[in-house]
Parts: sequence; structure tokens; C-alpha cells
Amino acid sequence: MSRGAVLRGALGILAFLALWELGARIDAPVVGVLPGPAEVASSFADLVGSGGYWSSWVASGERVLWGFAAAMAVGVPFGLLLAINQRAKALLFPPFEILRPIPPLAWVPLSILFWPTQNLSIEFVIFMGAFYTVVLNVVGGAEQIDRRHVLVARSLGAGTWTVYRRVILPATLPSIATGAVVGMGITWEVVVAAELISGGGGSGGDGGGLGFLLWNAYQGGAIAQVIVCMISLGVAGYASSVAVRVLSERLMPWKEAR
Amino acid sequence: MNPASLQIEDVAKSYRSQSGELLALASCSIEIAPEELHVIVGPSGCGKTTLLNAVAGFQGIDGGVIRLGGETLCTPERQAEPGADRVVVFQHSTLFPWRTVLDNVTYGPVIQGRRSRAEARSLARERLSQAGLAGLEDRYPAELSSGAQRRVEIVRALVNEPRVLLLDEPFRGMDQITRDLMHEALLELYDRARPTVLFITHDIEEAVFLGSRVTAMSARPGRVKATIEVDLPRPREAGLRASARFNELLADILSLVHDEANRAFVAGDREAA
Repeated sequence: MSRGAVLRGALGILAFLALWELGARIDAPVVGVLPGPAEVASSFADLVGSGGYWSSWVASGERVLWGFAAAMAVGVPFGLLLAINQRAKALLFPPFEILRPIPPLAWVPLSILFWPTQNLSIEFVIFMGAFYTVVLNVVGGAEQIDRRHVLVARSLGAGTWTVYRRVILPATLPSIATGAVVGMGITWEVVVAAELISGGGGSGGDGGGLGFLLWNAYQGGAIAQVIVCMISLGVAGYASSVAVRVLSERLMPWKEAR
Repeated sequence: MNPASLQIEDVAKSYRSQSGELLALASCSIEIAPEELHVIVGPSGCGKTTLLNAVAGFQGIDGGVIRLGGETLCTPERQAEPGADRVVVFQHSTLFPWRTVLDNVTYGPVIQGRRSRAEARSLARERLSQAGLAGLEDRYPAELSSGAQRRVEIVRALVNEPRVLLLDEPFRGMDQITRDLMHEALLELYDRARPTVLFITHDIEEAVFLGSRVTAMSARPGRVKATIEVDLPRPREAGLRASARFNELLADILSLVHDEANRAFVAGDREAA
């Protein structure tokens, strides 16, 4: 990013904060019920000092990471299978398409039944959030592979396994990366609700996660704290997406070569 | 290099289409000697790509036999497996975009386990610099001109020391100037390594400039019309195109191909690949 873009970005955020503060002060409709940014900032200062806030970050972060990792670990091979094997696709794609519109949150009751710990249940819901996106991107990418790359690899002496590993996988990598970035975004959308419904970490307040902290604050009437949690989630989601994007660009140096 | 002879005997191939069986190749026989650069020229739909695909192992045949170095390569009962002894260079670049130039060239020798990575790399560097491509080793294909991409691709094929190199209209779609340069670059590589080459094109001038012998094919069904010896000395250079002998050969082949193309043109047959 250029310096100008960074400056304009900062300016946009400042303008947003100024409008919000103004709205809160003059009791504007809708935003008037909220505490202003100054009050939120002081609530943030309080929270930063408490261990609970940071352990909530860690708890949510871990859940997102595991759910996301599982979605990638299952979704990428599954997507490749669907793209490569017509019989597998005919068999597995219809149930996949029927399950896909079910919102991840609808899986919460079953998830609680499925898994022995609350953490696993939450991670499963997060997994469901990212899984479909990852699979669809992999299928779409793998189906668009230039077939001549496969032919030429075989002509150069590649066996079936080498073709999968050295041709189909790298050729699908850009789509896998797209799926990962979008999927990572969904995981943070899901983590909040999953934590709300699952009711925290179980080990008393701490480790409940940002979503649980948010709900707790609301029930205690601490709206400024709710907003701190909201902003924290936004920052976390943004940072994770950027991290995934940077990582995937590292894996695909040829993409910059155009 | 261990260039081999390639014998195509009585090969036939038909495709099923909506209007019934379509005979793409009928009793097609071509004999290519070791180290020969043999060009098959013919209109679209003469089955020349079908022939190349059969040698490459991408398709089967319905009749006849193809032998490589005297050994049976494919029969109607047995399709050849694709392999590095018969590397193909296609019409458009099939360099792996995710690999650098150097890693593209080392791909074959390394996956075949014929050479260690270090060996393959030093060999690739040597071959690339012989082809005038030194300095491009660490670039990605997308960073190269189409001409450089083509040359890298031919080097990638030759580094496997194939028994026959299969070129499927490799310079199609290039502008005339780049194409002429590519012809000279290809001949330089050919003169250095002397592989057996099967080159397919619909461009007669290209056929005469490159080929040791040129087989003209007719369309629908594809048959060999004639095989012509190109008695032009090597190394060949651009100036050759202006020579009387070059133009004589050109006219001969043109008349062979033209009758057939005209017949198909009038009949209005749909073109097959």
C-alpha cells in the first residue's frame, strides 16, 4: 500500500469516528442510543487491563484457527475429488448441494450432540461455515485447469500421482487461496453466534471468547463494552483475511509475475 | 540423444459423430528415419493431429500399427502410454505457469528420476544458454515473450532426449516475423541435437523451410498424397526462402495440397480436429 492510501484510509476511519461522536452527543436517531467513541475508548482501556479480554481473543482465535484448518484439510481434498472423479461427483454433489444452504448456526444443536466438548462443538460450527466455500472454490478452480498441462506432464513422464501433486494441485492453488480468504471471513462471522449459543467457555467467564464476552456485556448493560467486542471482531476478521492473503501470495510467487 | 525411426503403417482412425462414423484417417503410411525432421502438412481435418496424438499416446488407433525404433508402439488393441521418449510441444504454451523457466526445463528429467536435481539444473542452464535464453532461468513464463516461451518449451522437450520429438503446429498464431525467427531458432536446436522430429502444420512454407521430407495429406478421410524430399542444404537460413529451389518445392506441395483442400472446400465438410 502506498503512503497516500494509508493516509486516506486513516482519514476515513477518523471521519467515521467523528460522525459517530457527533451523533451520540446530539442524540441523533438510531446512533443516539449509543455511547460515543470516547466512552468506548475508555471502556477499551479498562478491558485491556483485564486478563479476560485477551484470553477471549485467544479463545476465539483458536476456535477460528481449528475450524478453518479443518475446513481446509477436509475441503481441499474433497473438492479435488469432486472435480477429478466424475463418479464421485455424481454421487456426492447432490447431498452436498442440499446441505449447503443450511446456515452454519442451524448445526448448533446437532453439533452439541455430536461432540464431547463445547469447544469442539463451536469449532464444528465454524468448520461448517467455511467448508462449503472452500469446496466450491476448489471444484471451480480444478475444473478449469488447462487439460494440456496434464497431457504435457504425462508426456514428460509424470505418473498419475505426480500429475495430481505437481500439476493439478498448483494449478488449483489460486482458487484454493480465494476459497481460503472468503472462508476465513465467514469463520469470524460464525464464531460470535456459535459462542453466544453455546454459552461461553464452561470454565467460568474466561476463555468464553469474544462472542461470549459481547453477549455477557450486553446482559450486564455495558453497551460500550459490547462495541469494544464488535470492533475487536472486525479487527480480528480483517487481520486474519490479510494474513491468509499474504500467506497465499507467498505460496504463489508466479501470480505477481504478470 | 537416441533418435529412433518412426514407422506409421496403414493407420486408420474413425470418430463417432451424430451423422455416423467419420473416417479421420485411412490407411496412412509414413516412414521417418532416425534424425529426420519430418513435416506433415495438410488442411484442417486431414487427421494429422490424430496421428500425432496416437504416437504421443493420447489417443488410440482403429487400424494399422505404429513402430518406434522397430518396436511396436501402438496397435488397435493397445494404445501407447504417454511418455518422455515422445515429448509433445503443443500449439499454445503449456509451460507450467507456477514454475520458473529453469524448473520447467528440469521437470521431465527430475520426475522421471533420470537425473538428480542438481544435475538437471546444470544441464538445463547449459541448454537454455545454448538456445539464447540465458538470464531467463529464474523468470516465470508469464514474464516472457511468446517467442521466448516457445523456445523454452522446445528446450524443455529436448532436455529429455526423446526418441522422437512431436511438434503440433507449435508456431500457429504467431506473427510472420516472430515465426521466421522461431524457425531459425528451431533449426539451430535441431542441428545441434539431431533428434527425430515429427512436425505438424498447415503452413506449406513452414513445411518446406524446416523439413527434411514433407508428407502432404489430403482431407476427409486423411490419406497420404505424397512424400517429398526437401533437398535443401542445412544449416538453413532465412535467405533460403528467396531461392529458386525453395519456391519450386513450395509450388509442388502447394499443388498437391490445393486440389484436396479445394475438394473439401467445395463439398463444405465440417472441419474436424
